[in-house]
Amino acid sequence: MNIAATRRKSVDLSVNIGGLALRNPVMPASGTFAEGLEKVMDFNRLGAFVTKTITRELRAGNPLPRVVERPGSLINAIGIPSKGVQHFVEKIIPHYTPYDTPLVVSISAPTAEGFASLAAELSIPGVAAIEANISCPNIEEDGKAFAMRAESTEKVTRELRAATKLPLWVKLTPNTGDVPDVARAAEGAGADAVVVANTILSMAIDLKTFKPCLGNVMGGLSGPAIKPIVLRQVFQCAKAVKIPIIGCGGISTAEDAVEYMLAGASAVQVGTATFLQPAAMTTIIEDLETFCLHREIACVTDLIHGVVIEEADEPELAWLDPVS
Amino acid sequence: MSIEPDYGMAAAPPSPGPGAWKPSIVAELAEVVAHDAVNGEYRHLVVACSAEAAAAAPGQFFQLLCPHPAGEQPFLRRPMSLYGADPVKRQVEFLYKVTGAGTRGLDTLKVGDRLDIMGPLGVGFTLDPAWRHIVAVGRGAGLATLAPLAKAAKANGTRVTAVFSARRPELLVSVDLFHSHGAEVVAVTDSEQTSGPANVERILRRYIADGRCDAFFTCGSSRLMRVQQRLAKEFGLPGQVAMEQQMACGIGLCYCCVRDFHVNGEIVNRRVCWDGPVFDLMEALP
Repeated sequence: MNIAATRRKSVDLSVNIGGLALRNPVMPASGTFAEGLEKVMDFNRLGAFVTKTITRELRAGNPLPRVVERPGSLINAIGIPSKGVQHFVEKIIPHYTPYDTPLVVSISAPTAEGFASLAAELSIPGVAAIEANISCPNIEEDGKAFAMRAESTEKVTRELRAATKLPLWVKLTPNTGDVPDVARAAEGAGADAVVVANTILSMAIDLKTFKPCLGNVMGGLSGPAIKPIVLRQVFQCAKAVKIPIIGCGGISTAEDAVEYMLAGASAVQVGTATFLQPAAMTTIIEDLETFCLHREIACVTDLIHGVVIEEADEPELAWLDPVS
Repeated sequence: MSIEPDYGMAAAPPSPGPGAWKPSIVAELAEVVAHDAVNGEYRHLVVACSAEAAAAAPGQFFQLLCPHPAGEQPFLRRPMSLYGADPVKRQVEFLYKVTGAGTRGLDTLKVGDRLDIMGPLGVGFTLDPAWRHIVAVGRGAGLATLAPLAKAAKANGTRVTAVFSARRPELLVSVDLFHSHGAEVVAVTDSEQTSGPANVERILRRYIADGRCDAFFTCGSSRLMRVQQRLAKEFGLPGQVAMEQQMACGIGLCYCCVRDFHVNGEIVNRRVCWDGPVFDLMEALP
């Protein structure tokens, strides 16, 4: 242990995401978390739980194959299989209530009204916040989703806001040209935080059969390969909105989490990394504390938007002059 | 009755100190103790591991983070049936066929190398103490999955008769292991034209008639599974089948490995990695 570490014994890892206090900024990404991880990690150490997206209707999910791997990445087209609201309220929520960790419920619906009524129905004891998944590329035709456009994001967020008093997180898509504009729309309509982002719409083709590798033809790309892209989007969104941003895209290590926080994220979600290292989240929490100790950072919130952008010097143009 | 926590604007929940919580599934670096070719296709890998990993039960599996073979980058872990577990020596064994990027990577491992193993995973086989005699039917890689049953059955005081199917006799695996635990093994092969479902059914009917089949255990062939489902129904016998499916997480999170099952007149979707990989024989669909 170095000198800095012995001088400072602990780091304040707590963050506040739009009114929801978390013991640390690390939580799962929706769709990569379930009760099975109880056998791998102590659930009381996570910043929050985020459930797999639930829908009002029963959904079977997409045809198989549902995943294909590519270097440094995974493409999935699971398609949100859902057992419906009643199963969720009776079986899933009670499973998490014994833990001292807030439960964030991810929801999806085909219409803005559907989102609102589901949010209202799930604003019950045991649920700490709603994450509106308006960005799944796998359930609408051709990867379309509310979060592709500012107008549709504004409309669905406004209806959600009117339907629930719980902290409202809106999960944005990386598949639109102007993510900051969509983030501003969510903020303007009353979102308490935005999650940036979901998976990147993508495709893979089998060279033996010439068929798409996924049953759904297209799917969402995740994993370390997408980190630089989503990190850039978090950086852009942090300049566009005042509400907290939860970074999500290719985070596997504490260093990745720090990068996201420096770019402007107040918290992070870990998804695909859990498929490779099931205890990735708790490892990240430990390593994040160690990182802060070594850098003598007292509060993890000091990292937020800490990226240092130096004013560029006047460019040296002499070489452009052919005579000099 | 617990009081509902109020997360509103309250202070963050405290970080718990080191508590009594212990993992039952681990991801760890295991050391390669032995790694040998069994025949032209199969490799036998033995690794030294923790007590948690070595507690693996027959029918369970591990997710292996395979080394990258030259020119390939397997991203996901690869599910691998347990071939054997020794809680005393703290070792687990795998028997695998080199077929893709992941297993080509495994094939590069040398004694002393480290392999990242995650497990034990899934629901394994169940042995009823009342069973006097069981029949194990396997083909191909399914023979490796059935292998730990031989030892477990012996410990349970249950006799085992195995019907093993392969393309050619030299590709049969696990036969010696079953013999070493006192099991009888009948081999059927494509090259000898003995592996067809009709012949296997004749063999199984004989075992049933002789009172040597209190339950079926099977892995590796849909055709042979259907034969056993028919016989199980006809004679009212229980059975278990270990199923395969492409997996990503291996721990029930991602829902990529789902299969349809026939349960009480309904078609039900289940995760092979979490609800299985061992399922009731009568509920399985090919």
